[in-house]
Amino acid sequence: MRYMLLICGTEPEGPPPDRPLDEETLAWAQDLKTEGVRVFGSRLRHTSTASTVRVRGDDALVSDGPFAETKEQILGFDIIECADLDEALAVAASHPAARTGTIEVRPVWPTPI
Amino acid sequence: MADPDLSAVFAEEWGRVVATLIGVTGDWDLAEEAAAEAVARALAAWPRDGAPRSPGAWLTTAARNHAFNVLRRRRAEAGKLRELAATPVRTDNPDERLALMFTCCHPALPMEGRVALTLRTLTGMSTADIAAAFLVGEPALAQRIVRAKRKITEAGIPYRVPPEHLMPERLPAVLAVLYLLFNEGYSASCGPGPLRPDLTGEAVHLARMLARLMPDEPEVLGLLALMLLHDSRRDARVDARGRLVSLEDQDRSRWRAGDIAEGLALVETALRRRSPGPYQIQAAIAACHAGPATAAGTDWAQIAALYGVLEGMAPSPVVALNRAVAVAMAEGPEAGLALLGELDGDERLGGYHLLPATRADLLRRLGRDREAADAYRRALGLAATRADREFLRARLSEVDPPQ
Repeated sequence: MRYMLLICGTEPEGPPPDRPLDEETLAWAQDLKTEGVRVFGSRLRHTSTASTVRVRGDDALVSDGPFAETKEQILGFDIIECADLDEALAVAASHPAARTGTIEVRPVWPTPI
Repeated sequence: MADPDLSAVFAEEWGRVVATLIGVTGDWDLAEEAAAEAVARALAAWPRDGAPRSPGAWLTTAARNHAFNVLRRRRAEAGKLRELAATPVRTDNPDERLALMFTCCHPALPMEGRVALTLRTLTGMSTADIAAAFLVGEPALAQRIVRAKRKITEAGIPYRVPPEHLMPERLPAVLAVLYLLFNEGYSASCGPGPLRPDLTGEAVHLARMLARLMPDEPEVLGLLALMLLHDSRRDARVDARGRLVSLEDQDRSRWRAGDIAEGLALVETALRRRSPGPYQIQAAIAACHAGPATAAGTDWAQIAALYGVLEGMAPSPVVALNRAVAVAMAEGPEAGLALLGELDGDERLGGYHLLPATRADLLRRLGRDREAADAYRRALGLAATRADREFLRARLSEVDPPQ
């Protein structure tokens, strides 16, 4: 089964880091890739770079900022392939961000295309 | 079900049949439907032909045949059909029920879903009865079960006994569901009566099942012992008018000796494994209460020491409160009051009527009637059940007689 890990937490303050993954997370991702568990994933850019769009009638409404103005945000995601939820939960628990933030584990609904 | 013997057989076999059918078909709804169908057929056939020698095998076969027919009708399920046809009927495979129990109590399910699903699939209690026991509407209760089953399927919760490395986390989750069930029956958090024997009975039934399936887990034995020792007092805990009777005032001749003997033996077996846990310690405390022939014979110093051990394992303000009570009994009300003072600022006890009720009781014992009356009034304002309020009102009138 395929699961999406949503890495949630408080965005770091100050200037953004110069690379997407710190060494620990990079090692985590590499290990899981070798094991054939991690399909792909990434850190997301800061929410100050997010835009939202809605179409209502004929108008496309574009605005600045993320979908929800909350203290905790989605910081990144990983798509993983696991036998079952227990395995996915173990992978989520091994993510370095699990120690400071929260990892939401969502089953991916398989789509034909 | 008119025949009580048949009811007992169905209650015993229901979980086994459902667990086996889920294992074979992977379809929770179909497993339940098939088990219900098997029971219906048994109700028609057994009184006519006599009960079969192995009722469990009979029911499993009938359920499997029904599932087979349903799946045959669903042509799309061809793969499952082959598997089903190839699977021999197992009549005594305890692992299936254990897998069912662990799956129903998976920590990824909401607590109310775990409780409802465990009752429905393992004991066969009807949705209507479970709803009535928890004072929720039947549609709401059915919804909880539907959601839990959907999550098991869609989120991929495995149907299995967890591997060894997950046990330390998963076994307590199962025990917590059974204990919650027991407590809900033993001291109903809401509703007209203080006891719901249907729920305590099912909790004991499930704990017994678990103890048979995992006889080497001391905490499982501890939980069963704890339940039996508490439940042994069920006839003496409530008076003829439905009011709670405190432990020291209970008529000990009405305690069930069989339950006590079984509970005491289980505590001993569990503690001999030398791997103590919170349920074993609580059972040991219950054993201190159940053992002596009179309330005066209770070894309160031992109970206070056990609560101290429990606080070290599972710190909670409720445990601290109980330790204060035991210390008051062992060393005098003043010592207890001093410990209660440390709990005053604890927000977690803010709405808990037993904190002011305990203080009131200790003040009453010291003859400080006016302070006791104030504390009883505070407790009355917080007590949620009628039985608790009546008990407190009776005590209040002792220290503050109506003019």
